[in-house]
Amino acid sequence: MSKNILHAENITMQFGGVVAVDNLSLDVNEGEIVALIGPNGAGKTTAFNCITGVYEPTNGSVSFCGKELLESHPRGKMKKMYKGQNALRYTKRIVPTPDKITKEGIARTFQNIRLFSSMTVFDNVLIAKHMRAKQNLFTATFRLNHAEEARMRRETMELLEMQNLAHLKDEIAGSLPYGIQRRLEIARALATGPKLLLLDEPAAGMNPQETQELTDFIRQIRDEYKLTIFMIEHHMDLVMQISDRIYVLDFGKLITEGTPEQVQNDPRVIEAYLGVSEDA
Amino acid sequence: MSKRKNTIISALLLLALFGFILILERMLPPTHIALTVLKKSCIYALVAVSMNLLNGFTGLFSLGQAGFMLIGAYTYGILTIPVEARASVYMYYGGGIIQFAVPVAVGILAAGITAAAFAWLIGLPVLRLKSDYLAIATLGFAEIIRAVFMWDKLGVLTNGSNLLRKFPTFSSVTFPFIVAGCCIAVMVLIINSSYGRAFKAIRDDEIAAEAMGINLAKHKRMAFCISSFFAGVGGALLAMYQTSIQANTFKSAMTYEILLIVVIGGLGSVTGSCIASFLFIACSEWWLRFLDAEMYIGDFKVPLLRSGFRKVVFAVIIMIIVLFYRRGIMGNKEFSVEGICNFFKKRFGRKKEAAS
Repeated sequence: MSKNILHAENITMQFGGVVAVDNLSLDVNEGEIVALIGPNGAGKTTAFNCITGVYEPTNGSVSFCGKELLESHPRGKMKKMYKGQNALRYTKRIVPTPDKITKEGIARTFQNIRLFSSMTVFDNVLIAKHMRAKQNLFTATFRLNHAEEARMRRETMELLEMQNLAHLKDEIAGSLPYGIQRRLEIARALATGPKLLLLDEPAAGMNPQETQELTDFIRQIRDEYKLTIFMIEHHMDLVMQISDRIYVLDFGKLITEGTPEQVQNDPRVIEAYLGVSEDA
Repeated sequence: MSKRKNTIISALLLLALFGFILILERMLPPTHIALTVLKKSCIYALVAVSMNLLNGFTGLFSLGQAGFMLIGAYTYGILTIPVEARASVYMYYGGGIIQFAVPVAVGILAAGITAAAFAWLIGLPVLRLKSDYLAIATLGFAEIIRAVFMWDKLGVLTNGSNLLRKFPTFSSVTFPFIVAGCCIAVMVLIINSSYGRAFKAIRDDEIAAEAMGINLAKHKRMAFCISSFFAGVGGALLAMYQTSIQANTFKSAMTYEILLIVVIGGLGSVTGSCIASFLFIACSEWWLRFLDAEMYIGDFKVPLLRSGFRKVVFAVIIMIIVLFYRRGIMGNKEFSVEGICNFFKKRFGRKKEAAS
């Protein structure tokens, strides 16, 4: 049994009266590839945003590598509105900004690609190294720490070579083809030195062949960088091929979890995706 | 290797420019308009680059530059007026409360540091805002600070709405050129460092920058303080250029002038800001002056030429620039010898193609 790396507990995200994520608890173990699936609007990306600190969840907690990462409880207007069963369970409030979470070792990509589109491929990846660089404004400005800057550049170059992006290093990121932009976004996330990689629909807009390449690519980076991967995906063939476990979300609620076979044969999943006929 | 070559060529060009200014100063009478324009455009270039650092590189649309210049100018003035002159400057306030004077270099540094300290304080609430709201808040700050400095109760420090004068000034062009040059060089170093890349990342996509581990609040505050520091230094230089300080000269119109320079030069281009500030100052103070005077050719009076017509022409020129160079003179590129060569090669190549 491998050890638990991400543990989310009773995550609820409520926007006014809309409950986008409802009491979601999930676990991701080290070295696994876990997928989060569900119909459109099920709250998958919202769940990701809660884990990475983009949103502050209404209620719930997240721990990473056994360390308390995030905890929140209903406050202000939400205190009256939120009637969830775990309303009183969480009392502390730990709400780190996304950059702190990235520093802990959770990197992510975005559903609609968010590259620094006016910068070169090389600079895009280089920026991810800024966070862990041993420097301050003074030493960086007056170039007193050449070794550090050189190390950042060398590591960036190595990463680009490993991702087969080295020949594009001086291209402007926004002008690249879609598939390469996706790969660059993953490379950039890898450059932050993560233990857990969250991929938000990595295969969106890809054709079957590109999807197949992506499948191999994800396996490859997991083995190479000893990563754990947690992803949202709609391409079922990709999900079924690659994931060790699957969580299925519908209307914010977790409806089932299990291995690909279990999920495939679960009537609740079929119901969520296809609906159920009235006379059934 | 070619990068190093480019740096050397740029440094040589700068040296040549400096030499040219030295020669110009020797040859022209000290009151010549060209020297005045050069002095003022050095100062405006510094402030424009500092504004560009914030608006063009970090993507924070701030309009507080005149306010920070005012703080810098006042700090410089208050700290450097010679002790024996204080009684006559602060004649309505019993000689003021500060009874010491610091050297010019310390005064300029203090001007920058005070402006940066104010920026840090104001940044705490204001930097949570975005785009237009940030612009409104910083503009409001600049207006408030102007009113505060004119406040009677603070007269012992700021001399109320009276002039501050008799502080050390400069007469040569080399002084503002060197100070502004050094400050701009430091800003270029910052922009090209790891922190500058982080600023650009914030400009391009805040959410992605945050996901890459860039602390938004810290970096925005940093950019705001750096920009204000150099605006403060620019304010001190402007005070020296004008030889007197009055809060009323630092109106929001001044911020707009600088914003205009930044936009004309190109958001995200340091050299663009420098070139545009020279063109802007030269046009508004020198080259278009003749439009203000009535002119006769023989007995024929040239129509339209009268006092104030200069501004009409100036506005038309700016409109033309904005229409035809949407992204400013330089866009977001930097001026370089290589770029000039490429530009001419392209032109020349095209002509040859057309001929064949």
